[in-house]
Amino acid sequence: MTPRPILDVSGLCVRLANGTPVVEGVDLSLEPGRILGLVGESGSGKTTVALALLGYAKPGVRIAAGTVRVGDEQLVDRSERDLRRLRGVLVSYVPQDPGSALNPSARVGEQLADVLRTHSLPAGQDQITAALGRVQLPATREFIRRYPHQLSGGQQQRVAIATALVCGPSLVVMDEPTTGLDVVTQAGVLKEVQRLRRELGVAVVYVSHNLAVVQEVSDDVAVMYAGRIVETGPTAALLARPRHPYTRGLVASIPDFLERRQLRGISGVGVRIGAWPRGCAFAPRCEQKVPHCEENVPDLEAVPAGSLVRCTEWQRTPPVTSLPIQARLRQDAATPLLGIESLRAVHRSRAGDVVAVRDVSFSVAVGETVGLVGESGSGKTTIGRCIAGLHEPTAGSIKLNGGALAAQASKRPRAQRRQIQIVFQNPQDSLNPRRKILDEISRPARILRGLGRRAAEADAVNLLGQVQLPSSLAHRYPAELSGGERQRVAIARALAAGPSLLICDEITSALDVSVQATVLEVLRTLQAELGLSMLFISHDLAVVASMATRVLVLESGVVREQGDLERVLAAPQDQYTRRLITAAPRLTSDPSGLVPETAEASGPEHG
Amino acid sequence: MTAQATVAHGARGHLSFARTWSGGIGLVLTVSVLFIAIFGPFLAPHPPAALLGAPFQAPDSAFPLGTDILGRDVLSRVLCGGRTVVGYATIATAIAYVIGGSLGLIAGYTRSLVDPVVMRVMDVMLAFPPFLFLLVLTTGLGTGPYVLIIGVASIHVPGIVRIVRAATLEVKGRGFVEAAVARGERRSAVLRREIVPNITGTLVADAAPRLTISILLVASLNYLGLGLHPPAADWALMLSENRPGLTIQPWSVAVPGLLIVALTIGTNLLADAVARSRGTSIDRELIAR
Repeated sequence: MTPRPILDVSGLCVRLANGTPVVEGVDLSLEPGRILGLVGESGSGKTTVALALLGYAKPGVRIAAGTVRVGDEQLVDRSERDLRRLRGVLVSYVPQDPGSALNPSARVGEQLADVLRTHSLPAGQDQITAALGRVQLPATREFIRRYPHQLSGGQQQRVAIATALVCGPSLVVMDEPTTGLDVVTQAGVLKEVQRLRRELGVAVVYVSHNLAVVQEVSDDVAVMYAGRIVETGPTAALLARPRHPYTRGLVASIPDFLERRQLRGISGVGVRIGAWPRGCAFAPRCEQKVPHCEENVPDLEAVPAGSLVRCTEWQRTPPVTSLPIQARLRQDAATPLLGIESLRAVHRSRAGDVVAVRDVSFSVAVGETVGLVGESGSGKTTIGRCIAGLHEPTAGSIKLNGGALAAQASKRPRAQRRQIQIVFQNPQDSLNPRRKILDEISRPARILRGLGRRAAEADAVNLLGQVQLPSSLAHRYPAELSGGERQRVAIARALAAGPSLLICDEITSALDVSVQATVLEVLRTLQAELGLSMLFISHDLAVVASMATRVLVLESGVVREQGDLERVLAAPQDQYTRRLITAAPRLTSDPSGLVPETAEASGPEHG
Repeated sequence: MTAQATVAHGARGHLSFARTWSGGIGLVLTVSVLFIAIFGPFLAPHPPAALLGAPFQAPDSAFPLGTDILGRDVLSRVLCGGRTVVGYATIATAIAYVIGGSLGLIAGYTRSLVDPVVMRVMDVMLAFPPFLFLLVLTTGLGTGPYVLIIGVASIHVPGIVRIVRAATLEVKGRGFVEAAVARGERRSAVLRREIVPNITGTLVADAAPRLTISILLVASLNYLGLGLHPPAADWALMLSENRPGLTIQPWSVAVPGLLIVALTIGTNLLADAVARSRGTSIDRELIAR
C-alpha cells in the first residue's frame, strides 16, 4: 500500500543553450513524508536538478526533455505565470546561503507575510506566529520586527525554512541548507527538518555534498556524477555497501573522528561539463573498469539490497575497507619545538577591537601533529597567523626551539622563517596566478635556503613528485590546475623551505571530499617521511581527528579543552567539546559493511 | 561552488586579444592613427607652416585635403599635427601612472601613517575641478608643453592612486602574498613579484579611458590656446583655427577631429580586449566591481 509519490521525475535532461548536456536522464520519485538526499560533488549537476524540481533553470541552461510532476501538476514547459502560482504553495525552495536569500531590508514578519500575500492567503498575526512556531522560533513582537542581519546564521536558516513552509507545500527542495553553518547549528537544523517532515508530512529533497549529513537526515539517497544518477536506493543499505565505484570512493574518502582510518581519495578530478566521455563518465577514474565501460553509458541495474546502480561491474565492487591509522612515528614528546604562552591577539577595526585569542597556551613537540578545532570566529586562524608572523599578538610569547620569535616575520632571522611554513585555506588564492608552478615552488628554497636557481628548480621538481603531482605541471600556471592540485602545490612550496613546523589552515575546506582525502593522505605520508611537526587547523572535527594526535578545542578565542585526541573524543571534559562531538555528523559504519582490512592487504607499516 | 569548478583559462597567446572583433578594430584604429602621428611628418608633401595658397581652398590635385584659414596645406598639417597631441597625452598619462601608481602601492601596502596622509592629499586634489586647476596652473606658470603635461598628469594622479590602492589592498590579503610575507621577502620583492603583476590587468582597463581623457584635455587646452600656440601644427589647434571655415572647407576641421575620435575609440577597444584576455581572475573580479 505504497502511497502515490508526491514527486515524480522522469527522463529529466537539462542542457546548455548550445546543447551541451548538464543533466541527463534523471528519474526520481518521492513519497509524502520522505526525505531524499541528493548527493554529488561540485559540477555533478545536483543543484541543476534541484532547481528543475521547481520548473526552473538558471539563465543559459534549459530543461530540454523529461517531466517533473509534483502532486498533480507537471512543471516542465509551464508558463512562468503558472509556475509562480505553484511555487511556494506546491513546491518550495530553501537556498544554501540564507544570508543572501532573505531580503536584507525586510523584517522577519514581512518576509513571511510577503509570501502569503503573493499567494492571496491571509497574512495575519496568527499565520506568522504559526509559521515561526513551526521552526521553533519565538513569535514575539520583538523577534518579528528584526531584520535578517540581526539574526544568527541558524536563525536566518530557520526563517528561510519557515518562509518555504508558510504556504504549506507538499515538497520542499533544500539546497545545501546547512553548508554555511557551524556543526552545532547544523545539527539543530537537521533535527528540525526531520521533525517537520514527521509532523507536516512534507516531502523533502535534501541536496548536499556531505554524505554524513545526508545519511543523518535522509531515507533514500541518490548519488550524482557528471549529470547522471549513478546509484540510488535506501540510505542505510546503500551507504553500508555502496556498489558503484564512485559511491564507494566517496564513502572511503570521508574521515570519521571515532573510527580513525586511512582515507582513500578518488584519483583524478571530476569531469567538466562539455567534456563528458562517451561511455561511463566515471571510467577515467575507475579502478575496476573494463573495456566496454568506455563504449556505452551503462543503464541503472537493480541490486539485491534494493538499490539501482549505473555500473555493469557492480558485482565486483569490493566492500569499503577500513585501514586503521598505524601507530604514528615515535615522537619526542620530551623535545618541544613550539611553545606558546598566554597568547593574546586582537583584531582592530573601526567598530572597535575584537579580542580573537585570549590567553592561549600550548606546545607542539617534534614530529607531533596538534589539531586546532573550532568554529568560525574561534580564533584558530589567528593563532596560526601569529605563529607564522602575519599577525602581531598583543601579549604572550611564541618560542621556537626555546628561542623567542619576533612578532613580524620580517623581523625574524632566516633560520626561524625557514622552520615555520604555512599553507592557506583558499586554493584560488594560495598561488600567484602570474607565476609558473616551478617558479612558485622554487622561490622559498632560493630565499630561505640560499639555493641557486638550478638547484632550487631541481628541488621543486622533486617536491612535485613528493606531493604526487606529475612534473609536467612545473611549467603550468595555477589557473590550469584543479583546486586539489593547487593545494598540493602550496604544500610543496611550504616544504621547499625545509620546515620543521607546518601550519595547515583549513587547507581542505574548499575541496570536494574525495579530493580532500587525497590531499590529507599526501600530507600524512610526507609528515611521516620528513618527521614534520604540524599545526592542523580546521572546523571539521573528523578531518582534525584523522591527522592529529593531540587536539585543542577553541571557542571565542579561549581553549576549552586540550589533550590527547583519543582522550578528548572518548571522554570530553568540557561542555562545549561535548556539544561539538555530539553535533558532528558521522557516516556511521555498519559493522557488516566496513570490513577491517587484513594486515596482509595493508602491508607492513612502521614509523 | 568549490575550487574544482575551475574556469578554463583563456588562450595565453600574446596577441589573442586581437582575435576578438572589438580587439581587432581597436588595434587597427590605434595603430593607424599612431602611424600617422609618428611617421606623418616624413610623408608630408609641404612644410606644415608654409603659406601656399588661398585660404579655405577646396581639395584639388595640389592640396588633396584643401587649405586652411591661412592657406596652408591641410594634409601636411594633419600629417605633422599628431605628434604633439598624442605625444603629450601619452607622456602625461605615463607620468601620472608612475607617480600615482607608486603612491597607490605604498598607501595600499604599508599600514603606516603614509596611507591616510596620501589619501587626504588626494582628496584635496580631487576637490578641484580639473579645468579650474589647469587655468590656475597656466596663469601661474604660463603656457607651454611642460605646463600642459604637468597639468594633465596632476589631474589623473588622485584617481590612479585610489584605484591602485584599492587593487593593492584586495590582492594583499591573498594567500600567495601572505606566504611571501611569511617567508620574509623584502617589501620591494613582494610588490614587484606578487602584487604588481596581479593588478596590471586592472590598470590597463583603467588606462585606456584615462588616455582618452588626456587626449581630450590636451586637445581642449590647445584649442583654448592654453597649450601650444600658432603656428604650431596640432590637430586640436587645427580644430580651433579652422572653425570659421567649417562650412566652406569642412575637411580642415573634420579630418583632425576624426583622427582624435578614431584614436580615443581605438585605444578604448584595444585596452578592454587586452584586459579581458590577459587579466587574471583577480583582475576580472576587480574590474567587475
